[in-house]
Amino acid sequence: MGIFKSGMAKTRQSFFGRIGQMLSGRQITQETWDEIEAMLIQADLGLETTETVIEYLRSAAREERLTHPDQLRRVLRESLLALLDPPRELNISGRDLSVILVIGVNGSGKTTSIAKLAHRLKRAGRNVALAAGDTFRAAAIDQLQKWGERIGVPVIANKPGADPGAVAYDAINAAKARGYDILIVDTAGRLHNNYNLMQELAKVRSVIAKAVPGAPHETLLVLDGTTGQNALKQGQKFAEAVEITGLIVTKLDSTAKGGMIFSVMTELHVPVQFVGLGEGVDDLVYFNPEQFVDSLFDQD
Amino acid sequence: MFESLSQRLQSVFDKLGKGGRVSEQDVSNAMREVRMALLEADVALPIVKDFVSRVREQAIGAEVHKSLRPSQQVIKIVHTALIETLGEPGRLNLSGTKPAVIMMVGLQGSGKTTTCAKLALSLRKEGKQPFLIAADTYRPAAVEQLMTLGKQIGVEVYQEGVSAKPEDIAQRGLEAARKANAAVVIVDTAGRLQIDDNLMNELEQIKARTKPNEILLVADAMTGQEAVNIATGFNKRLSITGLILTKVDGDARGGAALSMRAVTGVPIKYIGTGEKISADALEVFHPERIADRILGMGDVMTLIEKAEQLYEEEEALRLQQKMLENKFTLQDFLDQLKKIRRMGSISQVMGMIPGFSKMQLQGKIDNQEIEGRIRKVEAIISSMTRQERENPRILNASRRKRIAKGSGVEVRDVNDVIKQYQQMQTLMAQLKKGRFPKIPGLTDGGLFG
Ligand SMILES: Nc1nc2c(ncn2[C@@H]2O[C@H](COP(=O)(O)OP(=O)(O)OP(=O)(O)O)[C@@H](O)[C@H]2O)c(=O)[nH]1
Ligand SMILES: [Mg+2]
Repeated sequence: MGIFKSGMAKTRQSFFGRIGQMLSGRQITQETWDEIEAMLIQADLGLETTETVIEYLRSAAREERLTHPDQLRRVLRESLLALLDPPRELNISGRDLSVILVIGVNGSGKTTSIAKLAHRLKRAGRNVALAAGDTFRAAAIDQLQKWGERIGVPVIANKPGADPGAVAYDAINAAKARGYDILIVDTAGRLHNNYNLMQELAKVRSVIAKAVPGAPHETLLVLDGTTGQNALKQGQKFAEAVEITGLIVTKLDSTAKGGMIFSVMTELHVPVQFVGLGEGVDDLVYFNPEQFVDSLFDQD
Repeated sequence: MFESLSQRLQSVFDKLGKGGRVSEQDVSNAMREVRMALLEADVALPIVKDFVSRVREQAIGAEVHKSLRPSQQVIKIVHTALIETLGEPGRLNLSGTKPAVIMMVGLQGSGKTTTCAKLALSLRKEGKQPFLIAADTYRPAAVEQLMTLGKQIGVEVYQEGVSAKPEDIAQRGLEAARKANAAVVIVDTAGRLQIDDNLMNELEQIKARTKPNEILLVADAMTGQEAVNIATGFNKRLSITGLILTKVDGDARGGAALSMRAVTGVPIKYIGTGEKISADALEVFHPERIADRILGMGDVMTLIEKAEQLYEEEEALRLQQKMLENKFTLQDFLDQLKKIRRMGSISQVMGMIPGFSKMQLQGKIDNQEIEGRIRKVEAIISSMTRQERENPRILNASRRKRIAKGSGVEVRDVNDVIKQYQQMQTLMAQLKKGRFPKIPGLTDGGLFG
């Protein structure tokens, strides 16, 4: 199970436990560095980020005259934390209607994350509606509608095959008319290297932008936490098509570490807002950099 | 962008100077590059280590080939070892009492349901009557999804909604399939994490009740280091019989294929290459293609990326503009065809062209046949005057006869090309709209059919 659920006390212990166990030699040797490198790579940080971190660690070790592997723990943890931003407040207040657009590759967890997010916002007293913008995948509309029933949030939908831009447009008008103050727009999963589908996404965004000034106020890219280095390309390509404001990383209840977010965040300059920790409505939590870093070294 | 392995190795050996013997040190340097290339492609670290040490030995022991540069030789060794590790494409084992049962398992969002439908379709193409069972009672509307797909492809779907237990549904579904005299039953199961003991237990139940011929682990080609845990976890509990790699129409390097194959030893049976349900979007696995892709060498992926860049950045814009103004000429058509041929075989290329990737091609693609056809079309257009290419409307009967003669074909063939071109125009106009359901001409014995 994910480390997020078990609270800080245990995470700290497990972080230091694991790394303490691992870096147990008497002095820093090549083996120590190899071990650190292996950990980072296996957490999906990717070669480049891994090398950057190790480079930094090495210079810190030199400058601070660190001799014991023990001392590397603190520096490693700090250097990883320095690469991560905490989540921002979502930009969804101070206006009649805020629109959140949710995008990502097939099966990354968009629809489920939308339901979880809507549930969270509803509980915070917001008046939320969902737009069934995935008109392509079989039963995608049904899926969102079922979630809507489950969490008691209305879903504005059209028929399968309808133009997703038109769905978004209609949903915005319906949301305005019925006085909802947050509309979350689901979109069909699409591979970022599919030119036409990325164009389609850009079009949906521009429809939203025309219908509500300044919208979409949040565009959240959903990344599957089990993804490897391809996440960076996903980030780049989606960012070319639409302006991304934040990330959601799902499936971190798995044994995957999600280390690819380091490079994605660095590249896109957007924070991870939420992480998905399961399939239930409550399994979406604010991203916590400390817990995240500690969990990288947690041995499942 | 990542440098390809060949570029990297080249630079290692460039330092060597001409005619130098390959020393152990050189091999070590080369192996460092191999290691990096594999890691960048998401091959899991333990697998990379094994692989590199195996290849290192081979490289040191290898006889120096006169015709190959050292870098080429190392690439060849690596490439061969990769293909060997990836293994032969596995065939489905559907022998024994009818109906044969295939159980699909995997993580959430890996593409099981879509793959079930594709597999059903391709089995039916082979003349085996498929039957689907909807045993995902967890994800909202998963049952509806399979039902919709079943309807779309005309394959019966057994379902009991979501209140029964998946293992009971599977068992009763199997009964129903027997009665329906189905040849192959495909059981769709809910996505789950391999560490979820209860849900893994449920799969064991389904397995016990349906005695599947095949248990196929469906995995996302974009999977990272986690691939090892996923494959090991599912294999331990279920003794899987094969792997299917999905979303290969993406641009992930696909190292997960190597990781999963290496830790389970089971063959990769198919790769999924599109969202649309077509038998064609489920391809037989070709180890050399995935090997190329993992290494990032002159491979399909590079081609795809090239093709994309080409089309995305200039072509798409330029062509769209032309199409808007209705100025897409036969000359453009010819240029497109030539580009397509330069990029590789047509079936590989089809998926690279925006819009075409969603195309529903029916039946298997015969590369040679299609390439022959393309060459024919090229010949025909080449026999036209510039004026004719720019303005096909002037192509009257006598001009057509001349062109046929010039290119050594029948007038009928010339007519076909002109018709194709007109259909291409319609197609291109549809491309702009993104997804489109049907392509006139292309699926019914047209140029690409
Ligand atoms: N374990 C786990 N599963 C998740 C999480 N988030 C989503 N899922 C599951 O992943 C699967 C796919 O989720 P969806 O929300 O349908 O993904 P999507 O991106 O909307 O998929 P498409 O619309 O088909 O592209 C479902 O089975 C979800 O229950 C998570 O944080 N943890
Ligand atoms: Mg969805």
